[in-house]
Amino acid sequence: MKKKIRVLIAKPGLDGHDRGAKVIARALRDAGMEVIYTGLRQTPEMIAETALQEDVDVVGLSILSGAHNALLPRVVQLLREQGLDDVLVIAGGIIPDEDVPALKEAGIAAVFGPGTITDEIVSFIEEHVRGDEAG
Amino acid sequence: MMKLVEQALTGDRRALARLITLVENNGAEAHEALSTLYPHTGRAHIVGVTGAPGTGKSTLVNELAKAYRAQGATVGIVAVDPTSPFSGGALLGDRVRMRDLFGDPGVFIRSMASRGSLGGLARATADVVQVLDAVGYDVILVETVGAGQSEVEIARTAHTTLVVEAPGLGDEVQALKAGVLEIADILVVNKADREGAIHTVRALQMMLDLGQPQVTMHHGQAMEVAGLVGLADDGWKPPICQTVATSGQGVPELMDCIADHRAYLRESGEWERRERLRAAAQLENLLRERLIAHLLDQIGQERLNEIIARVVRREVDPHSAVEALLRQVDSP
Repeated sequence: MKKKIRVLIAKPGLDGHDRGAKVIARALRDAGMEVIYTGLRQTPEMIAETALQEDVDVVGLSILSGAHNALLPRVVQLLREQGLDDVLVIAGGIIPDEDVPALKEAGIAAVFGPGTITDEIVSFIEEHVRGDEAG
Repeated sequence: MMKLVEQALTGDRRALARLITLVENNGAEAHEALSTLYPHTGRAHIVGVTGAPGTGKSTLVNELAKAYRAQGATVGIVAVDPTSPFSGGALLGDRVRMRDLFGDPGVFIRSMASRGSLGGLARATADVVQVLDAVGYDVILVETVGAGQSEVEIARTAHTTLVVEAPGLGDEVQALKAGVLEIADILVVNKADREGAIHTVRALQMMLDLGQPQVTMHHGQAMEVAGLVGLADDGWKPPICQTVATSGQGVPELMDCIADHRAYLRESGEWERRERLRAAAQLENLLRERLIAHLLDQIGQERLNEIIARVVRREVDPHSAVEALLRQVDSP
């Protein structure tokens, strides 16, 4: 049996709009993945702890508040501190192009803006997830 | 892999999480890990929580976990949500209601997809519960898929099964239907602050009274009513607890009911009987799984396709086809 890809979809920070996160969660589910959805207003610490307990392959962060430069690198840092080195971290939401290089530098594998086709995210995950075990 | 088991047994949460994944994916390594862990199991009190969608199971699990933590017990939680039969994917959303438990090292929450199993649990749920038991969690709360008339698997996994109801979901005829009510050790009417809660309690009460062997008067005639047949047919009368999980109201009383049930299991010898039923059910499941795999392997896909085609063409009926297939393989 092919190993199931497990994805955590989380919304760090204080904005209250989770439609995008829900759309992505549903698209990944429809692509055959197991999606853990945690709801609004998660701290980076909560996200890292959930990722650890759920042993996910991917963490998808949706953020619209503008606090991405502070929160996203913090999530990656906490994941790495807990030894979750091989977890793929991707982001979506409202993130200006000029911020993307620094985020990638900080360990965010990809940033998907508004208007991204969900298939694109699905293929990105399938290609980049812990390649050895997930087919 | 053995290193993972050792680390998990010493309290490494990352190792525990990875071990659970291994067990969930059910390979040869999983069997080895489980057999190493097995001598460490048997200490935890396993509490199942089942009921229809929207009755408040996850919120109740959140409240129960907080109450156990206040008593100093460590808590493992396994929350099962359904896998889509179409895509094979799943949306696991029980954590949304469990955010109070964040940051507590005495709590470990794991979401599981049912992965095609019926009966409200995943195939590997019992194994994951064993892993949490082995690494030392005192109480393990198992939340089933929300459905409501066939979640009997939980009664074979848990020591104490809570069936959660809420007002306004159906009349007393629902309560009379066969299924989950027979497996309840404790009935919980959640959302008890809502209108109609008292009717739900009454309907359940009536059903429970019918379940007890008794002589009742009906049109002036004495009528003997036999006891209900079911897994819970053991001398324990399920109490009905009313809770409002969102505020925690009624949760202390529910905790008392669970403690009473645990004491009852220990004193009556029912604990051992249930352990025996559980072991029997698990062995039977594993045997069935292995036997089928073994048989299919011996028969071969080509021969199987051929006989399926013959059944479709009405050249042979399904029962005779199975007879023929079984004659062909030597018994394993």
